[in-house]
Amino acid sequence: MTTATTTATTTACDERLLELARAHGLGPIGEKVLARERLSHDDGVALYRSPHLHAVGALANHVRERLHGDLAYFNVNQHVNYTNLCNKLCRFCAFQRLPGQEGAYQLTPEQAAAKIRAQLHESVTEVHMVAGVWPKIPYSYYLELLRAVKAARPEIHIKAFTMVELDQIAKSAKLPLEVVLEELKAAGLGSVPGGGAEVFSERVRRATYHLKISGDEWLAVARKVHRSGLRSNCTMLHGHIETPEERVDHLDRLRRLQDETGGFQTYIPLSFHPDNSEMADVSGPTAVDELREIALGRLLLDNIPHIKAYWILMDIPIAQLALSYGADDVDGTVVEEHIYHDAGATTPEVVKRAELVQWIRDAGRIPVERDTLYNVVWSADPELAPVGRPAPVAN
Amino acid sequence: MQQAPAAPPAPVHPLWNAPLASRARSGEVARELERIGAKVREGRRITPEEALYLHERADMLTLGLLADHVRRAKHPQPHVTYIVDRNLNPTNVCITDCGFCAFYRRPKADGAYVLPREEIVSRMQELADLGGRQVLMQGGHHPYLKSEWWCELFTDLRARFPQINLHALSAPEIDHLSKLDKRPVEDVLRDLIAAGLGSVPGAGAEILVERVRKIIAPKKTSTERWLEVHRRVHEAGLRSSATMMFGHVETTAECIEHLTRLRDLQDETGGFTAFACWLMQPDGVPDEHLYPERKTPSVYLRMQALTRIFLDNFDNIQTSYVTAGLKLAQVTLSYGCNDFGGTMLEENVVSAAGCFNLAPIQKLEHVIARAGFTPLQRNSWYGVVDPRHPQLQRGPASGAQSRPRAWTGASA
Repeated sequence: MTTATTTATTTACDERLLELARAHGLGPIGEKVLARERLSHDDGVALYRSPHLHAVGALANHVRERLHGDLAYFNVNQHVNYTNLCNKLCRFCAFQRLPGQEGAYQLTPEQAAAKIRAQLHESVTEVHMVAGVWPKIPYSYYLELLRAVKAARPEIHIKAFTMVELDQIAKSAKLPLEVVLEELKAAGLGSVPGGGAEVFSERVRRATYHLKISGDEWLAVARKVHRSGLRSNCTMLHGHIETPEERVDHLDRLRRLQDETGGFQTYIPLSFHPDNSEMADVSGPTAVDELREIALGRLLLDNIPHIKAYWILMDIPIAQLALSYGADDVDGTVVEEHIYHDAGATTPEVVKRAELVQWIRDAGRIPVERDTLYNVVWSADPELAPVGRPAPVAN
Repeated sequence: MQQAPAAPPAPVHPLWNAPLASRARSGEVARELERIGAKVREGRRITPEEALYLHERADMLTLGLLADHVRRAKHPQPHVTYIVDRNLNPTNVCITDCGFCAFYRRPKADGAYVLPREEIVSRMQELADLGGRQVLMQGGHHPYLKSEWWCELFTDLRARFPQINLHALSAPEIDHLSKLDKRPVEDVLRDLIAAGLGSVPGAGAEILVERVRKIIAPKKTSTERWLEVHRRVHEAGLRSSATMMFGHVETTAECIEHLTRLRDLQDETGGFTAFACWLMQPDGVPDEHLYPERKTPSVYLRMQALTRIFLDNFDNIQTSYVTAGLKLAQVTLSYGCNDFGGTMLEENVVSAAGCFNLAPIQKLEHVIARAGFTPLQRNSWYGVVDPRHPQLQRGPASGAQSRPRAWTGASA
């Protein structure tokens, strides 16, 4: 086959994509996507409002395949939610407890380490450690927690403490965040998860989580995290009372910080699960909303390499399908999860590595196990994604 | 006819691997998919070979877009229908011993039952109270319950609940009654219809390929016989539906063989109202050790889309939310499905195999609406009969208004 015919076919596929976009009023956006131009606020809102799931998904999939081809990432990880004590009283949360309330708990560093040791027979590369925010927990606890986990499994990568927790940890330490981050790193912190961002809109914050740090504060902590040399993820909690405009604004603010620091690895849309929270009357996002959220993330966040379909929230069928709607990552094996299961998530709390591999294959993608920093641990196609090397991302 | 470039052969093997998605977008594969896709978009019929090529080479989005195209061409209005119905299994006694079935019991085994009449009536009353329009009544192949028993039951229920259609007795059950009665299917059907049988469900088809049936259901009605019973049903003036249970020992080519047989019969009789397919649910079935692991949702979704593309003479494609779950079922509305099937107020057969996706009607309507469609209630003949939307009423109001083309009865 000659190069000319290959190009002609590629163009035919692009032409088909444009045709689809035009047929659903997304022609100018389609042209921008093909020309790799940044999408505007209005483009984002138009994509949210478009009723045609396939048109939006196909545009996102185009970007996904340009960046990652067929590669789809997962990791072997475990979660430790070290406490559910929290003073933020977010209305969407079913996990939080006040001291003395039924079910309130705080793990000692030794108890957390025991959870790590319980998985030593599995090839876990990462522990994801997030929890409630409780000011009476002394700064020393966090350092001991990190050290205990590291002592239990020295090679494990600790991805811990959302921006909200870090803000509190620095306050408890009565030290500048920059200093605290250096000490946490020395104790074993490897990177920072993306939670706690919710929706940056002040309107939404006042209505649902007014005690939590603001969007500006979240971004300021993330900026310091990135400047300290740590990578982080970022998220958006969608499907409650936020508007499409507020979602686009949120994504745009993430995109601007990423332009500045380049520190975000992955964006993860988090589906609001209403059960057992104060907002149980809100229905939460359905499958098509979740797929659209993945697609919008991929299309708007042109400078963040990875988009994760978090199966714990989306359920396996939709996370699997999301690999055709912009996602290139499905998170990991998890082992034990409390925050979303307290809010009514009915997904399993653990999935076997072989199952993850199978459902990535069935989605027409190439499974690649990564570590937290996206180095390839195992690859179904070692030519495309060599083991021991950073995940190949085009652009 | 235009000479198409020879397509590279698609792999056929039970150890199926999905094609890599991005491969569908370049080279020979992209050209061939484009050629087949153009046929679909022009409303032309695709061949079994082209169907196999689509399944083995197209990525998920291409399948979805083509299926959605066909669905919107057949149903331009953004409507999704469903029927308020319930399952009622008068008996679970069965002598067919299908290894994939967790519902049946051998005669005299623990848990074997035949529901007493008052129990059947009280369940029908619950359905009537909820405004139900159909009862899906199926059971095992009971060695002693002849057509007389069923006719008596139907007559009684029609008298008590004239507004509820008896969507009852799958082809293998009718075949079984014909054997018990020692008389032809036509005669059995004549009596059942006279007693009140209103339409026939499509169950028991599994895979209509003898190699597969010999493995999974050796004692069940054969492929030819299943098709013959539906032919007779259509000739007798009733509509029926068609199904496929896949994801076990069949190959993709055999699924397409199955679909081809259904499409051919539909060409002949025009009697099928709808098609539904689902993945085999292997948990807890008698021969669990013989079956592969439960297939992943994408495997189902690819086939669901393909059936809409291939079955060009079927008006309606049902999603299978009982096995797929409500979340995935919502997505199937963009992959060719225009109907949510029944509300299944009771589903013993599938739930016995570890599947508990019984959604209340409100939740079902919510996901349909969020997918951009108006949920509408229908009757057994796919006529819209939603009391909330009298202006959208359309289609047949009864079986008498919905005769198959092959009906041999008097026209009037």
